[in-house]
Amino acid sequence: MAPFLTIVLRDVRIAVRRLGEAANPLLFFVIVTTLFPLALSPSADEMREVGTGVLWVSALLSSLLALEGLFRSDADDGSLEQLMLSPVPLGVTVLAKIAAHWLITILPLIALVPILALSYSMPIAALPTMFYALLLATPTLSVLVALGAALTVGLRRGGAIVGLLVLPLTAPLLIFGTRATDFGLHEEPSAGPLYLLAALAALALALGPVAIAAALKVGIE
Amino acid sequence: MRLPRWFYLLGSPPFVYGLAGKVAPWLGVVTCVLLAVGGYWGLVVAPPDAVQGEVYRVLFIHPQIAYVSVMAYVVMAFAAAVGYVWRMKLAYAVAATAAPIGASFTACALATGSLWGRPTWGTFWQWTDPRIMSETLLLFLFLGYLALRAAFEDRDKADRVSAILAVVGVVDVPIIHYSVIWWNSLHQGPSIMKLDKPSIAPEMLTPFLIMVVAFTTCFFWLLLNGLRGEIVERERDTRWIRQLVEGTGG
Amino acid sequence: MSEFLRMGGDGAYVWSAYGVTLAVLALNVWWARRRHQSALERAKASARDERVSKRPSVRQIQ
Repeated sequence: MAPFLTIVLRDVRIAVRRLGEAANPLLFFVIVTTLFPLALSPSADEMREVGTGVLWVSALLSSLLALEGLFRSDADDGSLEQLMLSPVPLGVTVLAKIAAHWLITILPLIALVPILALSYSMPIAALPTMFYALLLATPTLSVLVALGAALTVGLRRGGAIVGLLVLPLTAPLLIFGTRATDFGLHEEPSAGPLYLLAALAALALALGPVAIAAALKVGIE
Repeated sequence: MRLPRWFYLLGSPPFVYGLAGKVAPWLGVVTCVLLAVGGYWGLVVAPPDAVQGEVYRVLFIHPQIAYVSVMAYVVMAFAAAVGYVWRMKLAYAVAATAAPIGASFTACALATGSLWGRPTWGTFWQWTDPRIMSETLLLFLFLGYLALRAAFEDRDKADRVSAILAVVGVVDVPIIHYSVIWWNSLHQGPSIMKLDKPSIAPEMLTPFLIMVVAFTTCFFWLLLNGLRGEIVERERDTRWIRQLVEGTGG
Repeated sequence: MSEFLRMGGDGAYVWSAYGVTLAVLALNVWWARRRHQSALERAKASARDERVSKRPSVRQIQ
């Protein structure tokens, strides 16, 4: 437990020191969400209809932006190797890095969602369901983003293909998350997709770190 | 535990190269015969459909290609996993060979599907159809695998990293499949009904099944064919390859 | 015969679909053959280089 917390706190502290970098995904999120009305010229009703989808896709894309901080910067200065050589099991280290990524990138994103949702004329009553959906979907998202980062950590220009690798894998998250949000929007029961999101999160958190650790071992050689 | 001899033989590149060379032509013959028989049966002999008329005849190629494309991904992921766990270069070679074949089959499934969709649904592409979405995502999974392989100069690293991606992908494939079906069930679109044949007439069922076998055999024929080139490529600087090429007057 | 080709008016779609499929299969066969041939040629060139330069390039350990 202690090593886990140490790594999480370390990453958070580094992110706080480089606040500008940490804010990038958030700014991206806001900008993309702003671009959609420009592109679609929707009526007030249409805004509400597209709001769910726009916010989810924007969040998905924004979470990819924090990739560099996950493994590459540690790989560049050698600290990743040190972490891998330490007696702490690599799976624990990976989970800690995923948790840190979630705290640094995802949590602020989720915090921004209410304001953006209101800007899309989404009723306040719909927000709790959207929160639950995001809270349940984003751990899996962090795992998948970390997997993409780990698979490409050995590459010089790995960032280019990470989108291609990770985004198709996130399709079920997008499906269940947006449907749950929409059900909440229309005051229909949303337990079904929420449970499915929870199941995916359990699966991802259990098996993901194994795959990510394996990928890191290949990448850092 | 004493492993049977064939287990070790399957790990030997020269053995597999020779075996593939002998087996592939036969698979090719079987494929061509089955494709010809099934194709003739489906195009000429089978009666026109009550609902779709003649255009339904795409039924004898599209679902089969789509099914084989998914099977190709599973074969690829399985081979990659075997290669990863047992460090078998040949298993990696199978995965590397299966990938472009599978990707081309997936693209073909999407093409034939949209050619079928235009006269029946009225549109070439319907995003909300679960099968189009699943197959499109599968294409991206294949392309991702190929892109990841290509990004690494070191073949061993490429093998191992892409194996991890393939295994994660194969776990995700059924999840994607069922999530997309669930997603589509929320719409009441007529699209599912067109491609779903709850009861298929026997005169159509036989050519349908013949083509299933035909395309499956076809995949394994193409796999063994491509595997030989992959083996030569990987084993280029080995003694047995030297003997092979010098023996043919090199 | 022309009725057969017309396929009840949708001939273009049916035949394009079958044609695309055949093309994909042919492409796969052709590509595999080409890869095999060029791999063999590269191996021959490698062998020739070794003979000419007398520098062994064969891996001793497989």
